Amino acid sequence: MTPRDYWYCFLGVQKREWLRFWQQRTRFASALVRPLLWLVVFAAGFRMVLGVSIIPPYVTYITYETYIVPGLCGMIILFNSMQGALSMVYDRELGSMRVLLTSPLPRPFLLLTKLLAMGSVSVIQVYVFLLIARWGVGVRPPLEGYLAVLPALLLAALMLGALGLLIATWVKQLENFAGVMNFVIFPMFFLSSALYPLWRMQEASPWIYQMCLLNPFTHAVELLRFALYLRWNGEAIAITLGVTLVLSALAIGGFRPQRTRLLGAHLG
Amino acid sequence: MEARGIGYRYRRQPVLQEVSFTLASGRFHALLGPNGAGKSTLFGLMTRLLALQQGDLRLGERSLRHQPSAVMRHIGAVFQQNALDLDLSVSQNLLYHAALHGMSPREGRLRCGEELERQQLTEHARMPVRRLNGGHRRRVEIARAMLHSPALLLLDEPTAGLDLDSRAALGAHVRQLCRDRKVTVLWATHLIEEIAPEDQVLVLHRGRLLADEPGDALCRRHGGISLTDTFNALTREALA
Repeated sequence: MTPRDYWYCFLGVQKREWLRFWQQRTRFASALVRPLLWLVVFAAGFRMVLGVSIIPPYVTYITYETYIVPGLCGMIILFNSMQGALSMVYDRELGSMRVLLTSPLPRPFLLLTKLLAMGSVSVIQVYVFLLIARWGVGVRPPLEGYLAVLPALLLAALMLGALGLLIATWVKQLENFAGVMNFVIFPMFFLSSALYPLWRMQEASPWIYQMCLLNPFTHAVELLRFALYLRWNGEAIAITLGVTLVLSALAIGGFRPQRTRLLGAHLG
Repeated sequence: MEARGIGYRYRRQPVLQEVSFTLASGRFHALLGPNGAGKSTLFGLMTRLLALQQGDLRLGERSLRHQPSAVMRHIGAVFQQNALDLDLSVSQNLLYHAALHGMSPREGRLRCGEELERQQLTEHARMPVRRLNGGHRRRVEIARAMLHSPALLLLDEPTAGLDLDSRAALGAHVRQLCRDRKVTVLWATHLIEEIAPEDQVLVLHRGRLLADEPGDALCRRHGGISLTDTFNALTREALA
């Protein structure tokens, strides 16, 4: 196989994902309702009880809405990645996965390409959300921040997609979305800096604070927050990148079609 | 394609045991076996969806175990369950497959046009797959499997869910492909009526290959009775 074959394959997988995104745009639009509810309703009620001091990357007092926007961007990616990974091995994407895996190109390349393609669709949704937050709620990061956050969004999408694939392939008990939501998405989201700064968590419970620090989603959210405001955060980059590499290697290296429904309900 | 001593265990249960056969180039082969005989597992191994545990599959000089890319370039597969994206159009589905085989969009469009014309599906090219009937969907899957001009076409119970007329038409169509394009075909089925007397028949039962010869010769060897009776006799012998 030549580099040209890899390139056309990569483009083809991305294009298919974008076509599906366009075909199902109403479904994707409705997926934005969740973060918008958090931004408009939850944040309106919560800002009265939670004061946010000046913490990096912000250089002035900010509204609570401004604080949670990066966390909600992470939430969009988290939900999409988990749902996407489950559908890859259990339901909607089964046919496409069978076709994908019979390609002559190496399987790690195919799976990585697929995860990136799913991530790119999440990134489009995040940008739509950021635009609504800017024009509807007045959360206005610097314009260059929208560009700077792009690699951070892709990295976060890859990390969470790899985690989703790992869980979907190896944890049989979580093969439905409700299970993943209760045992993966909600704990990851609430035990992070998405909704409240970690110093607040430290005051409330040092034990939970430590769990937040161990949660890779915390560092992905901080990476998005700093990138959106054009600030460098070496620790968040290093941890997110490191976790992405480890999870990708585990998910892709350990992928076993026989642990999924790719061959039907049973082998016969 | 040559299978040598294929064995596969699933959850410690043997699903395939010492399965060996050679598929003759440009010929139609029927893989006959009841549900649970191991057909889908064999297809899973031949399409690399399952990893080989024991034995090897070779296409010419190339081994699927050691040179999977080189072998997969020459294999086209139609799966038992639908593997088309129902929301995308026929040509979008085909172009996706073309890209997975490293074809440029231009090359893909060209091959897509040729295959759809061969399958008499040109007028459906822009139609979402969801709007096609079962028989047409199967033909789209065959067009897709043939897009990269494979030497070997694998079809796993391709008539599942089709009515009698569509089943007969699909069988005739694939035999035509065999004759016209010299494609080697392995057609898995549990329906004996889908097999023609001149087809090479591989009988798989409880993970073991019980027979591998032309249908008419197989019947003659078992007393000139029908293929159904021959199959029953073979499986009874295996159980005894």
